[in-house]
Amino acid sequence: MTAETAPEPRSQTYWFLFGMRGLFSLPAIILMLSFVGFAAFTAEAKIPVGQVMFMTGMIWALPAKVILVGSMLSGAHIATAFLAVTLSSVRMMPMVASLVPEIRTGRTPTWLLLVVSHFVAITAWVFAMERVRDVPRAGRLAFFAGFGITLTTANIVLVGLVYGAVSEFPPLVSGCLFFLTPVYFLTSIWISARHRVIYWALGIGLALGWLFAVIAPEYDILLAGIVGGTLAWWGERMLRQREAVR
Amino acid sequence: MSFEGYWPYVYIAVAGWLATDFWRWAGVLVGNRIDERSELLNWVRAVATALVAAVIAKMIFFPTGTLTSSPLWLRLGAVAFGAAAFFLGGRFRQILGIAAAIAFLATGLALLGA
Repeated sequence: MTAETAPEPRSQTYWFLFGMRGLFSLPAIILMLSFVGFAAFTAEAKIPVGQVMFMTGMIWALPAKVILVGSMLSGAHIATAFLAVTLSSVRMMPMVASLVPEIRTGRTPTWLLLVVSHFVAITAWVFAMERVRDVPRAGRLAFFAGFGITLTTANIVLVGLVYGAVSEFPPLVSGCLFFLTPVYFLTSIWISARHRVIYWALGIGLALGWLFAVIAPEYDILLAGIVGGTLAWWGERMLRQREAVR
Repeated sequence: MSFEGYWPYVYIAVAGWLATDFWRWAGVLVGNRIDERSELLNWVRAVATALVAAVIAKMIFFPTGTLTSSPLWLRLGAVAFGAAAFFLGGRFRQILGIAAAIAFLATGLALLGA
C-alpha cells in the first residue's frame, strides 16, 4: 500500500476480522443459547454427539436440523426426510438470492459465492442484511464470510462442549433452553419480514401446524407449509389486488 | 433408526446437507436475476415461512423432553407474555420478548415444581 491512496483501503483480512467480531452481537448470542437448547434436545433424544456436531456444520440452519432430528427419531425413510428438510429449506433460496447482489463485486467468482452461501441461515442473513451497507463493497464478502464461518464454527464447538453437560441440567433449565428455539424463531421471522405475506404465512402456518399435527401427524409440516403458505399467499394477493383497484 | 456406524452420517449428508445447500446454491445462481416482485417468489416465501411456523407450532404444542409433561396453558401463556413484551419492547424488542417468555415459563415450572 503506497501513500498515494488517500483513504487507505482496508484489507480483506481486516473485513474478515471485522465480521468475526459479530460473534459478540446480540443475534449471535441468542443463536448460541438456542444451540445450547438444540444440544439439550438432541442429548435427550439420544443422538450421538458426533452426529450432532456433524449436522451443525453440514446443515447449519436450525429449523432444518430440528426437522431432520424429528425424521431420524421417527425412523423416516431417507427420501421422506430429504423431502421434509428440503421443503423447509426452500426459504434459503430467496434469502441467498437477495444477499448475493449486496455482497459481490463484478469480479467475485461464482464458486466463492457458492462456498460462502453455506453459512447463510436466519441469524447470519438478518445480521448481514442489516450491517453490510456499512462495509465498502470490496470488503463485504470477506465481512460476511468472517461472520458466517466464525458463527458456524463456534456453534459446532459449543454443541460439542455442552452436549455432555445438558443431560445434567435440572429439568427447569433444559425446559427453558428447549423453549428458546421456538421463541427465538418467532421474533426473528417477525423482525426479518420484509413483506406482509410473511406475517400471514407465520400466523396461518402456526395454526395449521397445530391442526395437521393432530389430524395428520405423519405429514403435518409439509401439509401446513404448502396449504398454509398457499392460503397466505392467495389471501394476501386478493387483498393486494383489491387495494390496487381502489 | 439406529445411530451406529456410518449410516447416520450418510443420512445427515443426504437428507440434511444436500437438502439445504441445494437451495443455497440455487439462490446464488438465481442471484439478482430473480424478479423480486414475481408472484412465484411471493408464493415460495409464504410456503417457506409457513413450514417454519409449523415447526414452531409443533415445538410449542407438542414439545419433546422435559416440557412434555408441562401444561399447555403455561407454554401458551409464555408465548403470549413474550409477544406482549416484544410489541412493547421498542429497540430491544427481541431480547425483551425472549426474556419475558422464558421468565414466564421458568416461573410457572418452578411454581408447579418441575
